[in-house]
Amino acid sequence: MASNTKPTTRKAAIVGGNRIPFARSNSKYAQASNQDMLTATLDGLVARFGLQGKVLGEVVAGAVLKHSRDFNLTRESVLGSKLSATTPAYDVQQACGTGLEAAILVANKIALGQIESGIAGGVDTTSDAPLAVNDDLRRVLISLNNAKTMQDRLRALGGFRPGMLAPEIPRNAEPRTGLAMGDHAAITAKEWEIGREEQDELTVRSHHNLAAAYDRGFFDDLLTPYLGLSRDQNLRPDSSIEKLAKLNPVFGKGEGATMTAGNSTPLSDGASAVLLASDEWAEAQGLPVLAHFVDGQTAAVDYVHGGEGLLMAPVYAMPVMLARNGLTLQDFDFYEIHEAFASTVLATMKAWEDPAFCKEKLGLDAPLGSIDRSKLNVNGSSLAAGHPFAATGGRIVASLAKMLHEAGPGKRGLISICAAGGQGVVAILES
Amino acid sequence: MSDWYRDFANSGFGTTITKQLGLPRPGVLRRYEPGGPLLPGTAVIGSAGEGRLRDTVSAVLKDAGVTVQSPVTADGASDGGKPAAVILDATGLSTPGDLTAAHDFLAPALKRLRPSGRVILLADPPSDAASPAQAAARQALDGLVRSIGKELREGSTANLLYVPAGAEGALASPLRFFLSGRSAYVDGQVVTLSAATLPAAEDDEKPLAGKVAVVTGAARGIGAAIAKVMARDGAHVVAVDVPASGQSLAEVANEIGGTAFQLDITADDAPQRLVEHLRERHSGGGQGCVDIVVHNAGITRDKLLVNMDAARWNSVMAVNLQAQLDITQALLDADGVLNDDARIVCVSSQSGIAGNRGQTNYAASKAGVIGMVRAWAPVFAERRATINAVAPGFIVTEMTAKMPLGTREVGSRLNSLQQGGLPVDVAETIAWLSQPGSGGVNGQTVRVCGQSLLGA
Repeated sequence: MASNTKPTTRKAAIVGGNRIPFARSNSKYAQASNQDMLTATLDGLVARFGLQGKVLGEVVAGAVLKHSRDFNLTRESVLGSKLSATTPAYDVQQACGTGLEAAILVANKIALGQIESGIAGGVDTTSDAPLAVNDDLRRVLISLNNAKTMQDRLRALGGFRPGMLAPEIPRNAEPRTGLAMGDHAAITAKEWEIGREEQDELTVRSHHNLAAAYDRGFFDDLLTPYLGLSRDQNLRPDSSIEKLAKLNPVFGKGEGATMTAGNSTPLSDGASAVLLASDEWAEAQGLPVLAHFVDGQTAAVDYVHGGEGLLMAPVYAMPVMLARNGLTLQDFDFYEIHEAFASTVLATMKAWEDPAFCKEKLGLDAPLGSIDRSKLNVNGSSLAAGHPFAATGGRIVASLAKMLHEAGPGKRGLISICAAGGQGVVAILES
Repeated sequence: MSDWYRDFANSGFGTTITKQLGLPRPGVLRRYEPGGPLLPGTAVIGSAGEGRLRDTVSAVLKDAGVTVQSPVTADGASDGGKPAAVILDATGLSTPGDLTAAHDFLAPALKRLRPSGRVILLADPPSDAASPAQAAARQALDGLVRSIGKELREGSTANLLYVPAGAEGALASPLRFFLSGRSAYVDGQVVTLSAATLPAAEDDEKPLAGKVAVVTGAARGIGAAIAKVMARDGAHVVAVDVPASGQSLAEVANEIGGTAFQLDITADDAPQRLVEHLRERHSGGGQGCVDIVVHNAGITRDKLLVNMDAARWNSVMAVNLQAQLDITQALLDADGVLNDDARIVCVSSQSGIAGNRGQTNYAASKAGVIGMVRAWAPVFAERRATINAVAPGFIVTEMTAKMPLGTREVGSRLNSLQQGGLPVDVAETIAWLSQPGSGGVNGQTVRVCGQSLLGA
């Protein structure tokens, strides 16, 4: 159960962030590993804030798709970076919620006074994917390794069949349903009657907003180019409803299918990192405080048997967090709802507006209400930028903190990120 | 990017061949290394007329632990072997006739000068002369030093410092620079000092300790070298370059313990963003936020003028000249950002002095820089600050490495040192102009060109 009261603690400051531009799968970063990208991202952050040789409280990051060699990914990346080798690190993994969850973890330790500074991050590659030998071959190889006599070895090898050479490929599918995430989202889109056109509109806005943000230099201090890429590769500044309308649906079946490759995020590669600290530490280092991390909340839904959509967990997490902070859904200046699919964003907002859903599923007397769309994803989101799973949280936290800082003191921002496994993470930032 | 020809010419076999064929014999230049001596040998001091700088010069040499030997006599006798530096105090010149003493002192001394030796002439500026004869004598040194520079071999250089009355106290830093390996590729230059209030002696190993230095175009080439030398000399470097160069910019910043600031200096709000960044990150040191600004960022968009479109013209002007003007003005206007005794160094170019075919836009922008520092110098002097320019000649970079071999070889030999300079040579000169002790150098353009034949 979530706690109903907040202990008196200090709020962690968000000092700034860094990410590398997100690349489309099997393109610019095809030869880069998770560790390469996370190390480069940390080094960009180090350069931006002069952290060379500094010992930070902790670096917390993760990846969704990991090689077995990446068991200590974050610590290995720290060792390869310009940070002091005595900076501790650990990995987290909460699917697409990884990056934001990492930020919550670092912020909480700072809030409790356990650390003074820390980096939260995430990285993912869908290009340098961890292909594994298939389970049957793996068993043969393990028996072979365990065999003590030549006879045992031959017997073990006798179990080999050519078909076993087919590798296990990581799939963007839910293990318990076998459905791709997009197919799950399509079910939700249908349930909530999310139309094709509104999805395409949201998509176009994401591209245009992101392009405009680049043009006015918004990302100049949020991003460090990598391997020849200085903007997100998926960005289509000239995206339009007409162009998107030509695409055929790829998720969902039949007449009512609305989800295309355009209004769904593409597979992508990238990494992000956010520097958090206590106010005192930031001041001592001569570093700015863009915003504070106010609160975070996770929730999960039973999408297997419970009849809820796979990506609807943030809908449930939100009222819990709002109530704890005495806020309404309208008390925010910026909303960052991760665009896993355009339909997910629209279904999420529709659910918060729906009196019956809010009463029956969320147990609220009144619906959370609607969001001022002009405050939503104002500098673009995942549909345009791409979505290297664990890197999305860091992208959003750093960008939102900067937006709040630019808007002046006392502004609030809300983050909502859906994740595989029927999970969701939400958070509040304040300048 | 080693100089294969220089290495060959200095090998045993190469020495024989180049001597017999009368080919150029570039010397291996003496470059500054932290902890090394100011000079690798002794110095001789001579006078033409009753000079007034002998004591100042002696004090600088004594501080640096340099032994002063007695002048080499006409028959070549010397009590201290071969001198590493020959310094002529010509502040006592009254008429051209007094120059005979200069000849008598210099001729035997230069004959025995060590490789990578230093010849420094000191005189009053011709513009302050009491008579045409005195002005003529003083101006004569200009021709003299340039000719000596061309006659010297084996990496030796000759430079002239005009020291007006009242500027004696400002001599130490320029004198040290021109004696040291920092000035390896500065040859045949004339620098006019001005009176200045200077801070107490600085740490010669870390002359920029505690300073905040902004370096634009720091991601690669000469800019990266400037950032590294600044950091070596103790400064915290704010390394600036366009966002697209961010990856190499971060690498430079991380190597030197500085910070990377991605900024397109031609953006309308760039000066304001730089000011805000400095305020946010570097206030709290007492007075201003920044001590040193090096306007190094520059681009080329070469085309013959008749074929040049407006885009090429405008982009070069915007980066190379207008951004320097706008950023400097913004720093002057912003309260509490630029330290009172700030040092601004602007990168000009040999092309801005000599012109270059296909570079009308570039040459115009770089000549503009020279005019800019000259005009701004009195304004900066009022606040004990300085603004100067350096004009690099043929500097060996990634860019010159892409030139055709013939063009590159010829280009790199057309100077008294018969070789191309290195980015570090430009960086050393900029770092020197940035020193607190260099307050007497203002409004000057110092060429780092090995006394190039172009535009001389």
